[in-house]
Amino acid sequence: MSPLKIKKGATSHSAYDLRSTFGDAIERHTLAVIVENEPGVLARVIGLFSGRGYNIESLTVAEIDHTGHLSRITIVTSGTPQVINQIKAQLGRIVPVHDVHDLTVEGASVERELALFKVAGKGDLRIEAIRLADIFRANVVDSTLESFVFEITGTPEKIDAFAELMRPLGLQEVARTGVAALARGVVSHG
Amino acid sequence: MSKTMTGAKMVVQALVDQGVDVVFGYPGGAVLPIYDEIFQQNHIQHILVRHEQGAVHAAEGYARSTGKPGVAMVTSGPGATNAVTGLTDALMDSIPIIVLTGQVPTFMIGSDAFQEADTVGITRPCTKHNWLVKETDELAGVIHEAFHVATSGRPGPVLIDIPKDVQFASGTYTEKSKRKSHYKPQLKGDIDTITDLAKAMEKAKRPIFYTGGGVINSGPAASQLLRELVAATNFPVTSTLMGLGAYPASGDNWVGMLGMHGLYEANMAMHDCDLMINIGARFDDRITGRIEDFSPKSKKAHIDIDASSINKVIHVDLPILGDVAHVLEDLINVWKSRGRKTDKENLAKWWDKINEWRKVDCLAFKQEGKVIKPQYALARLEALTKDHDRYICTEVGQHQMWAAQYLGFEDPNRWMTSGGLGTMGYGFPSSIGVQMAHPESLVINVAGEASWLMNMQEMGTAVQYRLPVKQFILNNERLGMVRQWQELLHGERYSQSWSEALPDFVKLAEAFGAKGILCDDPADLDDAIMEMINYDGPVIFDCLVEKHENCFPMIPSGKPHNEMLLGDASTKDAIQSGGAVLV
Repeated sequence: MSPLKIKKGATSHSAYDLRSTFGDAIERHTLAVIVENEPGVLARVIGLFSGRGYNIESLTVAEIDHTGHLSRITIVTSGTPQVINQIKAQLGRIVPVHDVHDLTVEGASVERELALFKVAGKGDLRIEAIRLADIFRANVVDSTLESFVFEITGTPEKIDAFAELMRPLGLQEVARTGVAALARGVVSHG
Repeated sequence: MSKTMTGAKMVVQALVDQGVDVVFGYPGGAVLPIYDEIFQQNHIQHILVRHEQGAVHAAEGYARSTGKPGVAMVTSGPGATNAVTGLTDALMDSIPIIVLTGQVPTFMIGSDAFQEADTVGITRPCTKHNWLVKETDELAGVIHEAFHVATSGRPGPVLIDIPKDVQFASGTYTEKSKRKSHYKPQLKGDIDTITDLAKAMEKAKRPIFYTGGGVINSGPAASQLLRELVAATNFPVTSTLMGLGAYPASGDNWVGMLGMHGLYEANMAMHDCDLMINIGARFDDRITGRIEDFSPKSKKAHIDIDASSINKVIHVDLPILGDVAHVLEDLINVWKSRGRKTDKENLAKWWDKINEWRKVDCLAFKQEGKVIKPQYALARLEALTKDHDRYICTEVGQHQMWAAQYLGFEDPNRWMTSGGLGTMGYGFPSSIGVQMAHPESLVINVAGEASWLMNMQEMGTAVQYRLPVKQFILNNERLGMVRQWQELLHGERYSQSWSEALPDFVKLAEAFGAKGILCDDPADLDDAIMEMINYDGPVIFDCLVEKHENCFPMIPSGKPHNEMLLGDASTKDAIQSGGAVLV
């Protein structure tokens, strides 16, 4: 017997390149994942992302309902629409996950992040730092003769912008919480 | 009325309440209290394996051949780490098993104690879910929940890690009926999409059912409904490796297994169809070949209980999330109530086309000379055993593909093979689990000599419990599938792919107190197989076969379905650089 229709020439396609049949544009999505507050649940979620090669841009987690043993994990991730759908489906099949909400597609939402900035400087730089902090509505939560710690709340973009401005003014250290997000209006996700 | 008892007793009580009659396991320091309880009761039989991997595969074999969850019990540390391969195997093939592991006492966790391992951490990615139980009061509830999770939705392995102090301490037993769970997978499919599928079936000119392990996992009703639907529509049906037996191999509409080593007619029909109805399969890379060229002209429907399987690899037009039996029942009702319509004229043309492909006779082989061809060995095994109440297990490799090609499966739950993970060493312990569940049946493990050696220690288990499992070893003194790929892909450089210093399998069998049969002549094969079948006890059948046979048909990696290799002729350069990186 002879092989049928063997084409000559190498193929550049890989059978594992799963994305080409779907949209190629990388999208950024904010997911709210309501989970049973049990040991290891965060490890399950993070393990899913690392094990399957998904991105995590930001992650926050805290208990939101002590009596109901529920925590809310807010994940900002990016990928093609097909990857985003896979992430949601994979999260949904983790046993202690109660709900997965894609705040990016389920109507309008608000996103906020808190950050602390340590800025050290003297003279004009110090004055400029506190002037800009005032414009950004950042609070001074610690102060020495040579440094400030600013507390700022806002969208990740606002915090990025503040960081850029502080860098030449003596930025020493940054701590960010990651994004917390809620749907606008009366919609409730637990 | 609440009952107070020790954690160890709770384990046994909960297993009894779950209807467990057999546990495969291996004792050790961290599970001694549970073993003490097992010693003092008669409800559950404990099968002592010779290696923890064997316990988990045996539980898998038990589960796959019965549809009930299998249970394995091992100790902490090395006991748990030895269970990892079996857990991963069960996760990939969606097999419901419950693995109970001992753990060092809670107050020693984290201290690098003797035989301590982070079992829940290690097994988190290879279980459907796992638990570390730190309070005896919670133990029974967790065990009941574990059975629920393992068997609901897409089935899978679960693990419960039980520290030794939790086994000793007393607590309140939670009854099975008191279990609390939010885990309730959706069973019914969306009726509008099911109706759209019924409409698509009415118009389809070249339809095909592409069925998978989900049909088997859904239970016997699903296989029955599939048969009803196929008979009523007269559509052709193909299946993945995992789904063999859901539709009978002797059925008129059966076009054979599809995929990398599937039948020519099945793969061609998948490529050329205009309506593909995927029932409980997952578009695995062994099935699809090159994604871009996978069945380019078809509308695709996908019935699956796992939302993450839908649109994971192949974009489908009609996604139906639900249990196969529930969805098929609705689909049949909707299609019948709409008038049982199909495009009979075009369907007849489609069958003509399929019958032309069938004429290629892609499984044809010649048995010539004094050396047994592996295909011939399996064809004879099929002929001589098909009328028996028969269960088949396999190891992994060429013999597994030949078994899938040359053995016919008439019913679900008769075929136990490691599909997703491809675990060499799966078949033998699995056959022990099957034989435990079906003591009167003929249980055969079709093996290669290399795979079989990986868990050969289980001969001790087979002999101890008088389990008459038949180990049918196609011995080519090679790692046959590795050798085949080296021939096709790596310039015939056979790096490390031969079996040297093999044992004398007949003497090996005798050393264990079993029977060994050697056969190296095609003329003797039938008599030797009959001797194996008729022997009341475990048998190692050493069938010396052609050493350099390749397994065909084959879709080379990175190739579409319609570019199959059918035989040895000019396989050179069949796999080009793009496909060579694939496994």
